[in-house]
Amino acid sequence: MIQGETGFLQRDSVFRLTRIAGRILLYGLLIVMSLWFLAPLFWMFMSSFMPLDQVGVFPVQWIPRVWMPENFTEALKFWNFGTTFRNTMLITVFSLIGDIGSCTIVAYGFARFRFPFRDTLFLILLATLMLPFAVRLIPVYAAYDAIGWIDTFYPLIVPNFFGNAFYIFICRQFFLGIPQDLLDAAKIDGASEVRIFTQVMIPLAKPAIVVIAILSFQNSWNDFLGPLIYLKDPDLHTLAIGLYKFTSLPGQGGIYNQQMAASTMMVLPVLIVFFLFQKQFIQGANISGLKG
Amino acid sequence: MATSFGSQISALRGRRRERWRDLSPMRKREAKMGLLFISPWIVGVLLFSLFPFVASFLLSFTKYNIVQPPEWIGTEHYEHIFSDDPLFLKSLRNTAVYVVGSVTIRIVLGFALALLLNAKVRLLGLWRTLFYLPSVVPIVALSVIWLYVLNARAGLLNSLLYAIGLPRFRWFADPDIAMIGYLIMSTTWVGVTMVIFLAGLQGIPEEYYDAAKIDGANIFQRLLRVTIPLMTPTIYLNILINIINAFQVFTQVFIMTDGTGGPRDATRVYVLHLFDHAFQYLPPQMGYSSALAWILFMIIFFFTAVIVMTSQRWVFYQGGENGA
Repeated sequence: MIQGETGFLQRDSVFRLTRIAGRILLYGLLIVMSLWFLAPLFWMFMSSFMPLDQVGVFPVQWIPRVWMPENFTEALKFWNFGTTFRNTMLITVFSLIGDIGSCTIVAYGFARFRFPFRDTLFLILLATLMLPFAVRLIPVYAAYDAIGWIDTFYPLIVPNFFGNAFYIFICRQFFLGIPQDLLDAAKIDGASEVRIFTQVMIPLAKPAIVVIAILSFQNSWNDFLGPLIYLKDPDLHTLAIGLYKFTSLPGQGGIYNQQMAASTMMVLPVLIVFFLFQKQFIQGANISGLKG
Repeated sequence: MATSFGSQISALRGRRRERWRDLSPMRKREAKMGLLFISPWIVGVLLFSLFPFVASFLLSFTKYNIVQPPEWIGTEHYEHIFSDDPLFLKSLRNTAVYVVGSVTIRIVLGFALALLLNAKVRLLGLWRTLFYLPSVVPIVALSVIWLYVLNARAGLLNSLLYAIGLPRFRWFADPDIAMIGYLIMSTTWVGVTMVIFLAGLQGIPEEYYDAAKIDGANIFQRLLRVTIPLMTPTIYLNILINIINAFQVFTQVFIMTDGTGGPRDATRVYVLHLFDHAFQYLPPQMGYSSALAWILFMIIFFFTAVIVMTSQRWVFYQGGENGA
């Protein structure tokens, strides 16, 4: 500590200088890190407009020499964007309905009713979060195969109607925070349990439901493994599989500009949703880390 | 924050168990309603967790190709895995590299970035959004992009290294460092960990720092003695979640190597090895794959248990939190 002989003024200006230097360093680091995170995405976007020979130039170039929107139309010739987009939407929407419906109902059961073994059951619910997907993969696949669900959307949609442990956890936390007085008031007014749930709890739980909706959307839209093993028929492919097949087509390996155009088309809808619901995305990440 | 995972579990423990016959008629009605509400999950957990959990254990002792019924062969698969499957060890080693590397990156870098953003920066929301953005990008698209970022000839990273006068690498083309490529790529998801840490840091009361300052603690002492101890519950949970997830790394490797785990199996990760036996071999070896899955489960279980058991020594819960 600087004390005694050093004057007050001098100490103050030293302090100020280190503070300014610290701030410059801080913002410098933040800018460098943002560049690290964003450069790959920015390059995806820019190179999707580049002529092919410009993509392979070293060191890498950032601005298209000529703008070629035809990369997108060329990519669409090989990649059935319309069909894969429709399939992905279909799976995403139905999964979303299933997730929101089942998880709010189950969470309400855990949050608002007393029954034997409730806490044990809830611990089991938390434990299932730790079960690796690899352990479930094969028996579940074999079961779907046995009932003829391979090459249908059912394996990707139906499980969502039976509650997702993590979403249930989020929703239960939220329900627990709603004051009991509110429910008692509704009960005194003669509302049934189902009515209390649909007309009091659901409207109040909107913030939690939005978070679940976003996580569910992200999950279905980005899912790769599920569609990969369950959907063999090209007419049923999703965007993720379509993009994968397009980039791994024999002889397509080198067409980076069109690959990037295709990637851009898949990424844009997600980024739009992200910018619209930033707050909820961040909340979703927060809950997933803190578990409450 | 008031209800962290650990405190929830401890709150659930030690509660008096209620028996059905002791309940009043009204409580019985309540219990029935509750069970009715959670019934979708009960069906779900039986169908999608318990059934596959038990079935894959049983299948791991059989020869099973989906077309014909499983044939019991005892521990043959396990013996084969441990004595005669060089790719088992190789894939386990590759996965271990990924687990150690990516978890370290996510925790250390995520924590560092959260500290930066917690230093009263302007436009906090903007920085947070920018850092989080790459983690919402679908993994297929990320894989396509990162194949080019780490391209041996003209990739983005090599251009950067060249620009600042450092040697270039062949990344995914070089078996010795191919796994490193996936570690660099794993920085993409650091934003998620950062957001979680940032929320934790913002929950630390300013008074703690003021008190430490009065005691003459400098910035590093405050970090070591105040911030990190208070953040241990969040750090603990993130290590746990990230380890469990990292052991299951699969999708990006599958996409970027076209399912081969190349070059020369240098990036064959564990789940890819397992996936190969179940879905790429003809005829499918579902039994062998189940045995691999159960070994993975045991490994993850072991590490989870070790971390949970040692957590009492280094995870510090604030007084109020355990009671919740």
